[in-house]
Amino acid sequence: MQITVLLLVLVLLTVIGFQLGRSRAAASVGGRTVELHSVPSYHGFYVALWAGLPALLLFALWSASEGWMVMQMVLAGLPDRLTQVDAQALSLLRADILNLAHGVNTGREPDPAVAAAAEQYVRLRSLGDWSLLVIGSCLAMGGLLYARGRITPDLRARNRVERTVNVALVICSLVAILTTIGIVLSLLFEAMRFFAVVSPIDFLFGTHWSPQMAMRADQVGSSGSFGAIPLFAGTLLITAIAMAVAVPVGLMSAIFMSEYANPHLRTWLKPILEVLAGIPTVVYGFFAALTMAPFVRGLGQGLGLDVSSESALAAGIVMGVMIIPFVSSLSDDVINAVPQSLRDGSYGLGATKSETIRLVVLPAALPGIVAAVMLAVSRAIGETMIVTMAAGLTANLTANPLEAVTTVTTQIATLLVGDQEFDSPKTLSAFGLGLVLFLVTLTLNMVALRVVQKYREKYD
Amino acid sequence: MSVQTQFPTASAPLRSATGGPLLKMVARDVKVFYGAKQALKGIDLEIQENRVMALIGPSGCGKSTFLRCLNRMNDTIENCRVEGLIALDGEDVYGHAIDAVQLRARVGMVFQKPNPFPKSIYDNIAYGPRIHGIATHRDELDEIVQTSLERAGLWNEVKDRLREPGTGLSGGQQQRLCIARAIAVSPEVILMDEPCSALDPIATAHIEELIDELRENYTIVIVTHNMQQAARVSQKTAFFHLGEMVECDDTEEIFTNPRDERTQGYITGRYG
Repeated sequence: MQITVLLLVLVLLTVIGFQLGRSRAAASVGGRTVELHSVPSYHGFYVALWAGLPALLLFALWSASEGWMVMQMVLAGLPDRLTQVDAQALSLLRADILNLAHGVNTGREPDPAVAAAAEQYVRLRSLGDWSLLVIGSCLAMGGLLYARGRITPDLRARNRVERTVNVALVICSLVAILTTIGIVLSLLFEAMRFFAVVSPIDFLFGTHWSPQMAMRADQVGSSGSFGAIPLFAGTLLITAIAMAVAVPVGLMSAIFMSEYANPHLRTWLKPILEVLAGIPTVVYGFFAALTMAPFVRGLGQGLGLDVSSESALAAGIVMGVMIIPFVSSLSDDVINAVPQSLRDGSYGLGATKSETIRLVVLPAALPGIVAAVMLAVSRAIGETMIVTMAAGLTANLTANPLEAVTTVTTQIATLLVGDQEFDSPKTLSAFGLGLVLFLVTLTLNMVALRVVQKYREKYD
Repeated sequence: MSVQTQFPTASAPLRSATGGPLLKMVARDVKVFYGAKQALKGIDLEIQENRVMALIGPSGCGKSTFLRCLNRMNDTIENCRVEGLIALDGEDVYGHAIDAVQLRARVGMVFQKPNPFPKSIYDNIAYGPRIHGIATHRDELDEIVQTSLERAGLWNEVKDRLREPGTGLSGGQQQRLCIARAIAVSPEVILMDEPCSALDPIATAHIEELIDELRENYTIVIVTHNMQQAARVSQKTAFFHLGEMVECDDTEEIFTNPRDERTQGYITGRYG
């Protein structure tokens, strides 16, 4: 409640600050705004920033630390018999106080001292919120008045505002970078825990994957075996099938769209093709499992082949269809970027359209097409849902596309679904797989980006 | 692609009424429309064999459009419609006897901006001969590449780096490479659309010299904005204005004694 009020007050003061700053700046030169160092609206932003930013910073710090500080004060007031205990009991005590304070029924009669502490906690929190409201509003008001007082015709308001915006931009990009680093580090640390139990050599070069392990000492179960080769082989097989579908179809449709289709048809065709990219992968999964897999099996039986009902072929074909728009859309852009002058040069020598496309346009667009294919490969490797639904979970080490195989991503998904314990190699192996997968797709993306960069240098 | 032609299956004379040299190309009442906009309003022009014909005129007057009609490059432009008769050696180029691809092998083109393919110098030259199956042996192809580069005056500069990309040459060298590429398919006519406008004066002088030499073997039509260039390289000059061909005569005649007031105004720099 108080927090909402504070935020409203801040918004209001910022808006008022903007107006005041602008009019004050205009007034300071008697309306001849050309005499100002900066345009009046920059003075407005200057005052608005002074009104809003310090109070917001205070708000952020306060919210981060208030709960902890109040809890320390409450705990200090409790008798020693409750607080002089080990860390686990202390954390239980904290949880009790919080539950009581929030009115959660714990199902047992609370200790009177704890109940009193909870009441004190609620009181202190409310006091804290009120003081935050008052202090925050005062700070915003003070900032506004201070900044307004500083407005003179010579004030370099534009430079200051731009520097502040600059800092904000840096912070935003830092958030993205730090998040990525955080994800990678957490992946890395969990993977280290896994590799402490299972040797990386066994993991990377073992040919048997069977992650089931006994969870309790008295349980009957296999000891688990973590050879990831079958998973990587399965990933490779399905990716290869997907690319065998996506690259020819995508490239040909890109050529048709950019070279042969008239503009009217193209404005229809391209969005429709791109709709394919918008279909959720789980829907492709239905299609693969319920339509494609039985179809492939029926076809195989008709030819006298033994096809498993969950086959790499069905999953790969559907995944290829999913990737077509990636290849076609990116390749279409690249082909369109080939300068018309090259085509004219070729036509001017008496080349036919197909000769021009084959011998001039495609070679010129090749680096970009390669990059598009690389990105599509990363996409195929990372795809989970279709494979989970259509290719099965059996870790077969086979090159036969008619058998069931499994991929790295599918295994990660199944390893982390359901009840888990995070000290078992079975669960931790997901992080090992994730790390290797991450490294593979990272490498592919980097190669693709390098190729694109090289291509850009050529035509600009 | 949507060029509609409404030609009678006609043929054109091989010599003009007053005699004189052989007429390589003849245009009669050529009209070009881009959608509803008419770009050319009935052009009559005779292009003599082994001569350089310069097309001059202010920007947007239709001289490039006319040039692109001569080898049907306008076919690649949407909504472009050509009417009238254009004949090569008396044969209608929009008729059934010739198709655009064959025509362009006989009427080559050099563009305003050098546009070498992103291939090696050798492959740039060999491109035309290869697609037309002109050379059957490697040796023949080598020879075509060498003679084309020699005629374009580029051989000595590039003979040691035929395998390097054509895009790595300087602007003037690239344009000569494009001329060599056009020569390599042995065309009868070479069309040049402001071939020197992207080049520095020294490279321009090179190309002008080259044009003068090429006249021996080829008929050349050149569009230029540079009147000194027209005066230096051409024997015949045609002045275009607002989609009409105002005047066509010997170059000397046009520059010293123009009959039309508009021509005089343009060449003396009063407008343009």
